[in-house]
Amino acid sequence: MATTPAKKSVSKKASVSEDAARANRERPSEPKPYKATKEELLKFYSDMLLIRRFEEKAGQLYGLGLIGGFCHLYIGQEAVAIGLQSALTPGKDSVITGYRDHGHMLAYGIDPNLIMAELTGRAAGISQGKGGSMHMFSTEHKFYGGHGIVGAQVSLGAGLAFGHKYSNDGGVCLAYFGDGASNQGQVYESFNMAELWKLPIIFVIENNQYAMGTSVNRASSEDQLYRRGESFRIPGIQVDGMDVLAVRGAAEVALDWVRSGKGPVLLEMKTYRYRGHSMSDPAKYRSRDEVQSVRDNSDPIEGCKAYLADLGVDDDELKAIEKEIRKIVNESADFAEASPEPDLSELYTDVLVEQY
Amino acid sequence: MAIELKMPALSPTMEEGTLARWLVKEGDSVKSGDILAEIETDKATMEFEAVDEGVITSISVPEGTDGVKVGTVIALISSDDEAAAPAPAPAKTTPAPSVEPTPAPEVVVAVAPAAPKATPVTADGAAMQSVTLREALRDAMAEEMRRDDRVFVMGEEVAEYQGAYKVTQGLLDEFGARRVIDTPITEYGFAGIGTGAAMGGLRPVIEFMTFNFAMQAIDHIINSAAKTNYMSGGQMRCPIVFRGPNGAAARVGAQHSQNYAPWYASVPGLIVIAPYDAADAKGLLKAAIRCEDPVVFLENELLYGRTFEVPAGDDHVLPIGKARVVREGTDVTIVSYSIGVGLSLDAADTLAAEGISAEVIDLRTIRPLDTQTVLASLAKTNRLVVAEEGWPVCSVGSEILAVCMEQGFDDLDAPVLRITNEDVPMPYAANLEKATLINADKIAAGVRKTLGL
Repeated sequence: MATTPAKKSVSKKASVSEDAARANRERPSEPKPYKATKEELLKFYSDMLLIRRFEEKAGQLYGLGLIGGFCHLYIGQEAVAIGLQSALTPGKDSVITGYRDHGHMLAYGIDPNLIMAELTGRAAGISQGKGGSMHMFSTEHKFYGGHGIVGAQVSLGAGLAFGHKYSNDGGVCLAYFGDGASNQGQVYESFNMAELWKLPIIFVIENNQYAMGTSVNRASSEDQLYRRGESFRIPGIQVDGMDVLAVRGAAEVALDWVRSGKGPVLLEMKTYRYRGHSMSDPAKYRSRDEVQSVRDNSDPIEGCKAYLADLGVDDDELKAIEKEIRKIVNESADFAEASPEPDLSELYTDVLVEQY
Repeated sequence: MAIELKMPALSPTMEEGTLARWLVKEGDSVKSGDILAEIETDKATMEFEAVDEGVITSISVPEGTDGVKVGTVIALISSDDEAAAPAPAPAKTTPAPSVEPTPAPEVVVAVAPAAPKATPVTADGAAMQSVTLREALRDAMAEEMRRDDRVFVMGEEVAEYQGAYKVTQGLLDEFGARRVIDTPITEYGFAGIGTGAAMGGLRPVIEFMTFNFAMQAIDHIINSAAKTNYMSGGQMRCPIVFRGPNGAAARVGAQHSQNYAPWYASVPGLIVIAPYDAADAKGLLKAAIRCEDPVVFLENELLYGRTFEVPAGDDHVLPIGKARVVREGTDVTIVSYSIGVGLSLDAADTLAAEGISAEVIDLRTIRPLDTQTVLASLAKTNRLVVAEEGWPVCSVGSEILAVCMEQGFDDLDAPVLRITNEDVPMPYAANLEKATLINADKIAAGVRKTLGL
């Protein structure tokens, strides 16, 4: 397998300084690539690989008819969730995202079996089969979904951040949304209140270049999305979302800023999804060459491999990881297939919590 | 020739007010723009300005007078140049009522908490006190906030302004800015923030200045709040209360006059409460705040200033999902909720004088609907009308009709009728608005029809 270091053809360099010149306000410092230990890097690699293989398996199960409806895969974007969430404290910091949520759950250590069983609509699924791909939650991990309405998670995330501040629990909310959601009105309503009230929240735009079939430049008058918080005085940082160390480095800077009570920060993660918007998207709006070029030059997992090679990790060790990951993913698929569907008696449960 | 100064209407719903203070005295010369008096409505203290120039010749209503009806002559001004020109038009209200509620230039912050005007004792021994609906709602929130630190109130003008309709009056003083939070005008955003806070474990009370504006936020009420518990397999709750005035106010036109009870009542996962009197409003709002499910709590602006008897003390909590027979009768059942209950009671009085005994049911909770109480009454009276301040199509009335057909068919001696507003956007003109709205006469006529009279 190739071990060429990833070239960053898709992404632009982070550019805090450019904005610092424009605005005479305090800004977060320029992020530096995270200096990971070998163990940390191996963990990043293994976690990203889990997402990749899990999503490939999900795509396969979809093709077999075991997963229905909408299913949005995270393949290509793995470095974003892993780089950011590895910097958080599970059980203290909260995470919320949209419908492309499998990767963020895996990144927060949620059991792949429960996720895959939810995708197949089984009683053992994390939402007992009632939520599906887009609606999964783990309050135990402070993972708050899994939301199907584009942009809704941004206001909800501001609410979670409000809760952190109200309860003074020291937590930070990480609210992910896409380049498409960044044009929704409620995003800016939330930006305004989040900065006004100095809420502890990191807004993360996962700019994978396409809102379904519409490229960023066709939908956004300001296509440098890290600037979208400017008129609310929210500092923005553009980050190479294909490089897990760059992402983690930005996470450190953002967390420092937010935890010190300076209010929200906006991270634009320049990333790319290899698959269609959902399983039913033929992706005719971009060329096969474009996708292949990103895969060849900027793949986050291949990039991580190159970093590992620099640290002297050999192929055998990586192969062992690969084998272990495949085992976990295959087991989750078996579990998801073998688990029974929800009992029909569950149809009317959980509509309300209380009896009236 | 003297110009009459009349008690002005200072809000869309004001019918009377208190002449709190005169800032001029007899013999004073005044000119246009001078502040003549302070007038207290049930929501705020407003300044009353002069429009005409002249000398105050007499003051007919002394300061401190309560219950001065709008239009009452309160003073006379003699025009300086009355010899030279005919008297100009009578002075009018200076701050013209706008479509937004309480356009108060100045707000009195310190208002005494609900002072018990009388404390009669009910048959079962509970002490009662006379409280306005507005005060009852405020007391409910204050009591629950004292009880549980997770409860907070958020919305437009809820804190420093003391509430656009003064429902949150005094809460900022007692609980501070951490728990009583003014928002920008951004309904979608703060409904989402409230919902997210509830998901995270807090107990938000989100005030919409009116439910008309909540349409901007309905995505969070339905998609985020109502469906979360189900979508998560019972894992993630959303204990939130969305509250505010609902239904027609007075003369505010189509975009500010709508009843959303049928909209929210159609959504599984929501509790929808629409109380009529202050005791129910207090007991049910307290229950709503304690409830683990998301609640849409629909109030009525026209009832805010009305006084009712409410049990004293801070433990008046009522069960959600239970209707109440507010007047017993034998010939016909009138099912209603919110402001329609008062109209139904008036209609029942009229009908009683004609020898017709009407039973009046206040649904109180619209979802889940207490069909048992409705069907039990139908089994007794065999005739039923629904009185609803709202549109007829796909209304709560429509649902009651379906319940009666499906589960009470054998008890029906006549078709169930819907007595509602007219099926038009609310017109502004006074006569058209009056013609559109449900009233006691229309309800009484509907009852006569169902009785074949």
